[in-house]
Amino acid sequence: MSQSGTTPAATPAKTAVQLRGLGELFERVGILIVLLVLIALITIVERLANGTAYFLSIENFSNIARQIPWQAPLALGEFLAILTAGIDLSVGSVLALAMMSTVIAAHAGVPAIPAMLIGLAVGAACGAVNGLALTRLRLPHPFIPTLAMVYIARGLTNLLSNGTPILRVPWEFRVLGAGNVCLFTFECTPTSLRIPVPFIVVVLLFVGFGIFLTRTRTGRHIYAVGGNPQAALYSGINVNKILTLVYILSGALAAVGAILLAGRTNSGEPQAGVGTELVAIAAVIIGGASFFGGRGNVFGVFIGLVIMGVIGNGLNILGVQPFWQQVAIGVIILLVATLDVVRRRTNRT
Amino acid sequence: MMENASQPPLIELRGISKYFGPVRALENVNLVVNRRQVVGLVGDNGAGKSTLMKILTGAYQPTFGEILLEGRPVHFASPHESRLAGIEMVYQDLALAGNLSIAANIYLGREPIKRQWGLFRFMDEKRIENGSRELLERLKINIPNVKARVENLSGGQRQSVAIARATAFNAKLVIMDEPTAALAVKEVAKVLETVLNLRAHGVAVILISHRMQDVMSVADRIIVLYEGAKVADLERSKTNLDEIVAYIVGSKGSAAQARAVAEG
Repeated sequence: MSQSGTTPAATPAKTAVQLRGLGELFERVGILIVLLVLIALITIVERLANGTAYFLSIENFSNIARQIPWQAPLALGEFLAILTAGIDLSVGSVLALAMMSTVIAAHAGVPAIPAMLIGLAVGAACGAVNGLALTRLRLPHPFIPTLAMVYIARGLTNLLSNGTPILRVPWEFRVLGAGNVCLFTFECTPTSLRIPVPFIVVVLLFVGFGIFLTRTRTGRHIYAVGGNPQAALYSGINVNKILTLVYILSGALAAVGAILLAGRTNSGEPQAGVGTELVAIAAVIIGGASFFGGRGNVFGVFIGLVIMGVIGNGLNILGVQPFWQQVAIGVIILLVATLDVVRRRTNRT
Repeated sequence: MMENASQPPLIELRGISKYFGPVRALENVNLVVNRRQVVGLVGDNGAGKSTLMKILTGAYQPTFGEILLEGRPVHFASPHESRLAGIEMVYQDLALAGNLSIAANIYLGREPIKRQWGLFRFMDEKRIENGSRELLERLKINIPNVKARVENLSGGQRQSVAIARATAFNAKLVIMDEPTAALAVKEVAKVLETVLNLRAHGVAVILISHRMQDVMSVADRIIVLYEGAKVADLERSKTNLDEIVAYIVGSKGSAAQARAVAEG
């Protein structure tokens, strides 16, 4: 009966639905298109300007895959916070504190794996403080507790280390942070295709969190809290528990970044991760998550990280002054955020 | 109670009073809702409709009085407890998450689980989708794709999903607070149809509305609150719009009279 009823109004309604469908499609793959355009542009400019094709080489991809990893877990944690319409400013400082804790533990004779677990526990504990401050003290916005944690964690890091780096970490850290797996050959030869271990760690982490967010109840509840906290509450979801969990996960993920970075730099560095929270936020926003919460996916965040890596690496190869990288990243943030606003507006018809 | 000797009424409120400090929000309200009955609850702003419903769902505790569910006294400490007992509320502000699909919203907070390789506890997406589709079909709500996001639906469709959601899990009583207030005229009819479909499936409905024509078209009984007291409890077939409006504005049946009736 509604079939006949809708015929007169069908045309405009149908196009509106199609437009919205396009919007959803863009939300899924749009960011991939941005990445491909970027790669094509850099390749063409390199060919025209230098006459080379290094950017597209496997060796260079391996470079990019080495540059991204330690920041990737931080971006993932940041994504969880932004998914609930929150933010975690403390990921960089928590990374430093977790890094220092795990390296100090290792130097004190704790075996590598338990030392890593100590780092993870420190990160998770920082996140728990963030989450509990938000939900129990009822602070108005996660900006406040995580801003406090920026200073607390950084200060504790410097207290622990007297402000000086600690050199050398156990080999297990080195494997995770700087190791390579070579395809097709057991021993790595100069010609074999090297896949960085940290890159594999990051891919596994993203796949795992992708499954967690889309297939488990808790994952769906995180999206629900971000989409409409009132609705989540009415549905019997413990919103405070979800929020606390999100910040605990963000802290623990910062610690994963800390382990990878310690392995990569073969040290514990008290100034590590300064400003990295902004890199993480940028990757999340470029990756299509919305600051209003409830929108985005881990695939987008991953592509966001790759885009930032590709910009840095590509402009480098083109011999562009590094400062232009920052300008380029800023412009892309503006572009992607504008797209998000436009999309929201078309949904509000 | 008298009208059905074999079964006690579904819900009975006895002598409900609620004071907020010196303010008397409700005074000695008695209310009975039977199975398969749509009860319209009307009254001016501040007459006590919302307070009464919040007491019924456990959001507020009554100062005096008791609630009987199927003849047994119950105490709801929270809306969560009343929901477990089969009382669902459809909120005026559409408590749906726009970023999730229709199916995800209907099952939000009670997603069925299946084990994967005996290890992971994943949501049973098939059951969620099929269950949602069946539910919408049963209530004759015409939405082709349960995977569509709620934010892409019209206001009326959203309201229908909200109602479907409320009734998804063996609700005995559904309370609707102004379900048609924000809707286009064309969509109101669909929502009212859904109300009647609920009743046909054995669910009782309390409908709070300012739109008298809606109440008159679907309610079996109409209860009027005036300044915190029940001033009228009428069969729809034995009353008319003018009489109800007279009760609402207080020109017929004063609060004092109501107290006399309640005591006598």
